[in-house]
Parts: sequence; structure tokens; C-alpha cells
Amino acid sequence: MNRRLLLAAPFGVALLGGGAFYAMLRGLQTGSFDPRGVPSQLIGKPLPEFQLPGFSRADVLARKRPVIINFFASWCVPCVDEAPTLMALHQRGVPIWGIAYKDKPAATQGFLARHGNPFTNLASDEPGLVAIDWGVTGVPETYLIDAQGIVQWRFVGPLPDAAVDGLSKLVAS
Amino acid sequence: MMRAILLVLLLLARPAWAISDPAEALPDPAAEARAVEIGSQLRCLVCQNESIEDSGADLARDLRHIVREHVAKGETDAQITAWMVARYGDFVLLRPKVTWGTALLWASPVLALLVAGGLALGLRRRSPPAAPLSAEEQQRLARLMES
Repeated sequence: MNRRLLLAAPFGVALLGGGAFYAMLRGLQTGSFDPRGVPSQLIGKPLPEFQLPGFSRADVLARKRPVIINFFASWCVPCVDEAPTLMALHQRGVPIWGIAYKDKPAATQGFLARHGNPFTNLASDEPGLVAIDWGVTGVPETYLIDAQGIVQWRFVGPLPDAAVDGLSKLVAS
Repeated sequence: MMRAILLVLLLLARPAWAISDPAEALPDPAAEARAVEIGSQLRCLVCQNESIEDSGADLARDLRHIVREHVAKGETDAQITAWMVARYGDFVLLRPKVTWGTALLWASPVLALLVAGGLALGLRRRSPPAAPLSAEEQQRLARLMES
């Protein structure tokens, strides 16, 4: 009996490991598991203090309505990919405030002229220090701020088209 | 000789930090050493398997600069690390904190030793003691020893 159990143990371990590995791969595919993901520390917390050429934290709070804030840059290729999605949100009346990360204002303007300007307000974080305060690790990165100025959601990478419906229901004014 | 020279060279080699710009370093060598030590424990969020001291990414350069600013202000290592964790979470620490979530990770060397020790003991107990030599074998051994 004991011997049988011992014989079965390696198979059990292999099965368990295989199952865990399969779950991991599934998660990678569906996006629920991302080993490189850096979870945002801002979720559920008030927006950090910031003051940029363009707008400040006070401006965001003064709106007293939910708003989407998008970090982008003219040099960022996935941002080009994301541009039509942001335009679609803009056309549905979703207020999107843009923060240009490590970008020269002239280059930002060129980018918006080429790919459309979905932004109600535009700020420039040329030194990239406000982005660090937010825990931004790259562009594009999108934040949903509620009417009280609490960060409710963050998305890393280009927003998928599938997010348009949900976000416009949540945020449209 | 060649080997000895190579060994000496290898031992003398210093890690090549990504700081290529001497203007990045703090003027005080002691403070700079502290900054390097803190930075080498912080993960670059872009390359992820390098510390911010090793990484060439823009974000890593900014974070190196911030670490040096905080060191120059006279903050403790713990304060500077906490500043980073507040923004990027525990993920930024190359050495994971000991918490319930990481307990299995930290305990795994001890667990591996325990399992190996258990297996070794079990196997030893199982194998029967060697049978004494028969008369024939004794004779053969004696013959072998003589020759």
C-alpha cells in the first residue's frame, strides 16, 4: 500500500504541476495573468498632487465628474494603434485628458494632427516625473478617475476597442 | 601563468554599471556608493530583470536620479525604498519582502532540504544490512589479499 502510494506520488506531482502550468498559460492567453504586470498602487486612492503645463490635479477635481486620463507620446508606436479607440471614445462624449510623456510640445502637436486629437485637455510631462508619481511604467497608460478624484481603474498598453462601450457608459457626460 | 593572470583580471573586474554619464553620479563617493547600493536593489520597471543601476532604460535613469536626490537630502535607505514601493508596489523590490504571500518562496530551500533528508533517511532504512561474507568468499578475499 505504502509502496503504491510512493509510486503514485511522482505522477501526482507531475499532474499538479501540469495543471498549474496549464492554468498559467490560460491566464496568459485571456490576460488574467500577466507575470510582467506591475499592479497600480493608485487604485482606490486619491489622485496624487501634480501641476503640469496644461492642467493640474485641482483642475481634474474641479470637474466633479469622472474623467479618463491617458498618458501618451508622439514617439510611442502603440499610441498610434490606440488613437482610433480614443477617437471613438471622444465621439461618444467621453472626456479624455491627455498627458504627453517625455515629449516635445511640437512633436505632440504633430502627433495629434496626424492621428486626431481626442483630448479635452492636454498637459505635458516632459521631464516624466509626474508619471513616476503615478507609477506609470510606459506609454500608453490609461486611468479612470471618479467624480471624487479617486483612481478607480488603470489600463497598461493600448486600450482595446472592446473597452469603448463600457467606458462610455461609465464616463459619458 | 595565463590562468593566474586571467583570474586576477576577473577578480579585478568591476560590474559595468549603466551609469555612463559621470555627471549622474553624486560628488561624494560615500553617498554615491549608497545610491548604487539602494539602486541595485530596485527593479527597472521596463526591463524588469535588471536593477535600475544596470538598466539603460530612460525610466531607470530617471529613477537613478531620484534615488540620488533623496540620498543627497539625507534620507535613510528605508525611506527611499518606501518612496519607490508607494509608487510601484513590492514588485519594484528585487529582493521580495517576507510576507505570507512569499512565505513559500522563502521557505523553499529549507523545504527542499527537508524533503531530500526525508528521502535519504527513508531509503537508508529500507535497504537491508549487507549479509556477512560466506566461507568461500572469505577464502577468496584472503587469497586476493596475499597476492
